[in-house]
Amino acid sequence: MLNHYEAVFILTPVLSDNQMKEAVDKFKAVISDNGGTITNEENWGMRKLAYPIQKKSTGFYALLQFDVEPTVIAALETQFRRDERVLRFLTFRLDKYAYEYAEKRKNVKSQPKEVKEEAAKKETKEEKEN
Amino acid sequence: MAAHSGEIRYLTPPTVDVKKKKYCRFKKSGIKYIDYKDPEFLKKFLNEQGKILPRRLTGTSLKYQRKVAQAVKRARHLALLPYVTDMMK
Repeated sequence: MLNHYEAVFILTPVLSDNQMKEAVDKFKAVISDNGGTITNEENWGMRKLAYPIQKKSTGFYALLQFDVEPTVIAALETQFRRDERVLRFLTFRLDKYAYEYAEKRKNVKSQPKEVKEEAAKKETKEEKEN
Repeated sequence: MAAHSGEIRYLTPPTVDVKKKKYCRFKKSGIKYIDYKDPEFLKKFLNEQGKILPRRLTGTSLKYQRKVAQAVKRARHLALLPYVTDMMK
């Protein structure tokens, strides 16, 4: 039974761009080698961390969305834990609603700002009405 | 100050509070999933110390309050939101 998953992880900022790609590719390989398919990939780039992790105040965020057997997750997580380049990771199983949301996010990725602004506007409007 | 007509007069008129009914924004706008990757949205449910606001202040229904809490905790783990802070807003 395949499940939809999503993994966000933070890589150390000391890596070069190529090393970043290499690290992301490594985890993608772990997924695809175990019979999974990657459905979405996002690089959020360098971001400021809300609090220091391992004495680092910035980190490189990456997101993978993939479909894989549940048993593979343990293997993936050990890979995350073993890798010293990974500061933090979070794997998350997408339920029905989360999957809908993720698909929507994937589709509007080209113009995410407009959509978000519209949603924000709508919400403030609704709040005013009440 | 012509006539004291027996009416009580206040220096500051007493505020007759029109109680604004609170509502659950998720139920109202049909949001089914709360994204932990969107810290700006989650900040609406935090006070300036980064603590999760209670339901009695935000009006969120229990079902979605649990989801908000879970999403905030995930965001904290990923350093998208702080665990402790001062003056967040």
